[in-house]
Amino acid sequence: MSDSPSASYLPEHPPVTDWVHDFDHTDPVWTDDPFPIWETLRAASPVVHTERFLGCYMPTTYQAVKEIAYDTEHFSSRRVIVRDVRPEISARAPPITSDPPEHKPAKQVLLPPFTPDAMKRLEPRVRAICNELIDEFIADGHCDAAARYTKHIPVRAIAHMLGIPEKDGDLFIKWIHQILELGIKSEEEMMNGVREMTGYFKAHLEQRKLAPGEDLISELLRSKGPGGQPLTDEHVLGSLRLLLIAGIDTTWSAIGSSLWHLARTPADRERLIAEPALIPTAIEEFLRAYSPVTMAREVMKETTISGCPVKAGNMVLLSFPAANRDPAMFPDADKVVIDRKENRHAAFGLGIHRCVGSNLARMEMQVAIEEWLKRIPDFRLDPAGKVTWSEGTVRGPRQLPVLFGKNA
Amino acid sequence: MSKLKIRVDQDKCQGHARCKSLAPELFELDEYGNAHEVGDGTVPAGLEDKAWLAQSNCPEIAIEVTEE
Repeated sequence: MSDSPSASYLPEHPPVTDWVHDFDHTDPVWTDDPFPIWETLRAASPVVHTERFLGCYMPTTYQAVKEIAYDTEHFSSRRVIVRDVRPEISARAPPITSDPPEHKPAKQVLLPPFTPDAMKRLEPRVRAICNELIDEFIADGHCDAAARYTKHIPVRAIAHMLGIPEKDGDLFIKWIHQILELGIKSEEEMMNGVREMTGYFKAHLEQRKLAPGEDLISELLRSKGPGGQPLTDEHVLGSLRLLLIAGIDTTWSAIGSSLWHLARTPADRERLIAEPALIPTAIEEFLRAYSPVTMAREVMKETTISGCPVKAGNMVLLSFPAANRDPAMFPDADKVVIDRKENRHAAFGLGIHRCVGSNLARMEMQVAIEEWLKRIPDFRLDPAGKVTWSEGTVRGPRQLPVLFGKNA
Repeated sequence: MSKLKIRVDQDKCQGHARCKSLAPELFELDEYGNAHEVGDGTVPAGLEDKAWLAQSNCPEIAIEVTEE
């Protein structure tokens, strides 16, 4: 990852000593192992607050997360990342940053290309991508599975859908890092990422206007808004930004966490190899237990959530991952039960903002785990290496050194 | 044994598609990926467990199962 040396950072956050009254989801302790922190917060209150990030709440129970996700009157999606700054709203990414009534028409344009049937057509390419990646390192007997495998699958899949070169994936990864990680503390990094990404897509938009194809960019240019008018370029660019930002390090993280779990849990690995039909059920459990995505809302009007007063002007850290670990909703919430039968997890959100790419993510996860287990059935964490996790909005392994084959 | 009937509440369904994945015989998806019960929602004999499984995995609690 390239950290631009010229970037002007806001002061580093002081370490957290009182999680209940001063939580910080960018603190290294949270990044490394958030689960005990969430337990502490949940035991204290269904909604906690911090003065950091110019004031921010966090619902800690499934119920409180659900109440906020369903309440679009008091909670706006116009800002979907909790950051140190709250600049003027720019570079929207509909529909994720839209509220009713603009939300529904913006979302309906994106839904048809992401149905399960549409994903079935993409599946053979994803299977081939996984095998091409494995071919590159399988003879070595070791690899960083995050850097060599999980990172590239969603990038290449999205590039394939958009009809842009899969080799441009490294650019996408750089922009996403600037926007989702560095952008929490640096406005400059975020705007650089957004600007470069928008310029890149503008060029592709112009190309598609001259020579339309069957790719998703051409499809968006052909689709009609609510008034029967074509979408504006700004709308199409916003949606492309969304697909890239939301569709890549999320799934990269989800596949990575699944492999991390399997590397440490031989019994689960062996069971999935013996019973591959169980893989989709196991994927749902990995999504619950290691949900990658935390969203945000902005409080627009004072209200009450799970009995707790919530005041306008604050942000909300909408932690679907914490909701999915709530023992009031999930028995043995802190255990990974790969054949869990009842699993209403909220990894893809709840309510109108349900992740538009959930079918894509599920397909990529299933194919990535199936192909890995077929070719690398026996693997473990490399005791000489270190697993590291991403910071902030999306959680997943960014270094995942594993041993296999001759080293297993 | 009593007959089961299923119904997807269209105001609640958000297109997670869990039901279609768990009980493809009982649900179909429209062009937006939102779920609908197949036919009049009557669950054929032998598929009762799948109906309950779909119901208990819907994140939006959008599936009603009734016994007739």
